[in-house]
Amino acid sequence: MTPSAPSAPSAPSAKWRSALVYAGVAAVVAYCLAPFYWMLVSSLRRTSDIFDTSLFPTTVSFENYRSVFDPEQGFGRALLNSLIVAGITTALALLLATFTAYAMARLEFRFKRLVLTLIIATSMFPVVSIVVPLLKLFTDIGWINTYQSMIVPSMSFALPLAVWNLTTFFRQMPDELEHAAMVDGCTRGQAFRKVIIPLAAPGIFTTAIITFIAAWNEFLIALSMTNKPGMQTAPVAISKFTGSTTFETPFGSQMAAGVLVTIPLVVMVLIFQRRIVAGLTAGAAK
Amino acid sequence: MADTKTPPEAVVDHAAGDSSGPVRSRRTAKQARATASSGRMAALLVSPTLLVLTIVVLYPTLMALNESLYGAKGLDPETGFISVTEPFVGLKNYADIFGEAGERFWNAFWNTTFFTVVTVALETVIGVTMALIMHKAFRGRALVRAGILIPWAVPTAISALLWRWIFNSDGIANALIGHQILWTTEGFHAKVAVIVAEVWKTAPFIGLLVLAGLQVISKEVYEAARLDGASAVRQFWHITLPLVKPALLVAMLFRCMDALRMFDLPYILVGAQKTSVETLSMLAQNEASNVRFGPASAYSVLLFLYVFLIALAFVRLLGADLIGDAGEGTRKRKGGRRPRVSAARRAEVTA
Repeated sequence: MTPSAPSAPSAPSAKWRSALVYAGVAAVVAYCLAPFYWMLVSSLRRTSDIFDTSLFPTTVSFENYRSVFDPEQGFGRALLNSLIVAGITTALALLLATFTAYAMARLEFRFKRLVLTLIIATSMFPVVSIVVPLLKLFTDIGWINTYQSMIVPSMSFALPLAVWNLTTFFRQMPDELEHAAMVDGCTRGQAFRKVIIPLAAPGIFTTAIITFIAAWNEFLIALSMTNKPGMQTAPVAISKFTGSTTFETPFGSQMAAGVLVTIPLVVMVLIFQRRIVAGLTAGAAK
Repeated sequence: MADTKTPPEAVVDHAAGDSSGPVRSRRTAKQARATASSGRMAALLVSPTLLVLTIVVLYPTLMALNESLYGAKGLDPETGFISVTEPFVGLKNYADIFGEAGERFWNAFWNTTFFTVVTVALETVIGVTMALIMHKAFRGRALVRAGILIPWAVPTAISALLWRWIFNSDGIANALIGHQILWTTEGFHAKVAVIVAEVWKTAPFIGLLVLAGLQVISKEVYEAARLDGASAVRQFWHITLPLVKPALLVAMLFRCMDALRMFDLPYILVGAQKTSVETLSMLAQNEASNVRFGPASAYSVLLFLYVFLIALAFVRLLGADLIGDAGEGTRKRKGGRRPRVSAARRAEVTA
């Protein structure tokens, strides 16, 4: 490739370049979507032609989706469990993180850098290191198969994630807003409640989505803390789906359940992609 | 090119950083009351988070440290008594990894290391390539960005099931390559399956972070390089890479930490207690679920130390800057955006 510029390239070379770029873009999109598409297609096949390798289902069938909601699988309950655990984790993490992130972004205090480093360091912590001791503790106090046994450990990754995201959002907001409010006679607390929170709503919302997705996708904690099917979250329940016979893995209904668990996330991602990308990249490139 | 630009800004920044001390002390008298109240307020706002993290992270870690000094309940081979409580064994659980029982630990250790090195290397190459392609495309960027977020949004457990289906003996992977490989059975191919699935899910994430880094590089730098006759390859190695390095390092650090604690993917894709893919997380979880809390805690403590050392190496040796507000080291190299950042910092200091 010649180092031609977008500003003054020779015409044929520019055409080739742009064709090449869009071929590359198509390759990137195909790479990302092909496996997901395969899950979708497989979920729509009948059990009899599940091993088909055609790109489109020969006969579209919702048989797999019906079997997912077979009461014996308990999938509806698992979805509800996931929603409760991820929802409460997100709400608690956001509540605490909003205050902390505000202090991190706006107030000067001693050990600020140390505190922020500690909080971020926690987010890289191997979850298994807390699951092992907590499993023992929760067994002793009878918390196994409860929601709190999943929510409490989940805070270990949800809270740092929320603090980190929100701190970046608060930092991007101009200082003048609060100063103006405080000049007009607001206390710092009032300025925070009446000026900052409403203006930071998009940032808080994005953080909520990112935290929720992280909590929704959690597997290790949910797997270790439950052994009753009725208390399992959706990812754990799907991984334990059983087929009609013991040796047959029910790939069709696993794919259908996978689609059902992923679709809400994909819809959220499609609607809020701009904000999510801003949230994810906020820490890395400012 | 970038190098000739950096020194003046670095000097400006350095001066600003140095002067902030005296400036602050001169203002202390005037703002003493404000600072004291802001300190109290900060303590009030930060302490709930610290309290929760102490309970859910620090306390369990200390518990694990303590627990790792105890053995399993049951028959004591030396005395022949059955102990109802866990016997205190000191550092035996740690010493055991150097003995015969350590084989499983070292296997898990090398699996974890192998997965981390290979997946992070592949993800970085693929992610940077993706970012370069997306950066060149002007139309349809929103669509691409949405597409690229999908592997990130798919729960790891679900993606593991999906890849198990793809790598099934009668699945699409074998149909495409025309060979019959039993991917999810013990052997090197199981490692390959885990790596392919992991890279698929996370390379786009690195791509996104690098793309964000690319977008803040000003066009003038490339223009100047082109006038000096630098080829596209040289431009990449001498401009693009150094300038996205801060973003890339943070992304790689996060990926490394994530790969080191890998659990869901090999657990579902291949299965528990499979020698070829067992990671440290899987080993610790397996021991704990078999009520062997002592060894499980020792393994999780060792994993924690391993993760900590790698993170420290990233921050100390490579200069990954996580916090990004007042980082003195790496951020000086960040080209055109420097003045604005230091201005913001000065405002923060005087406020």
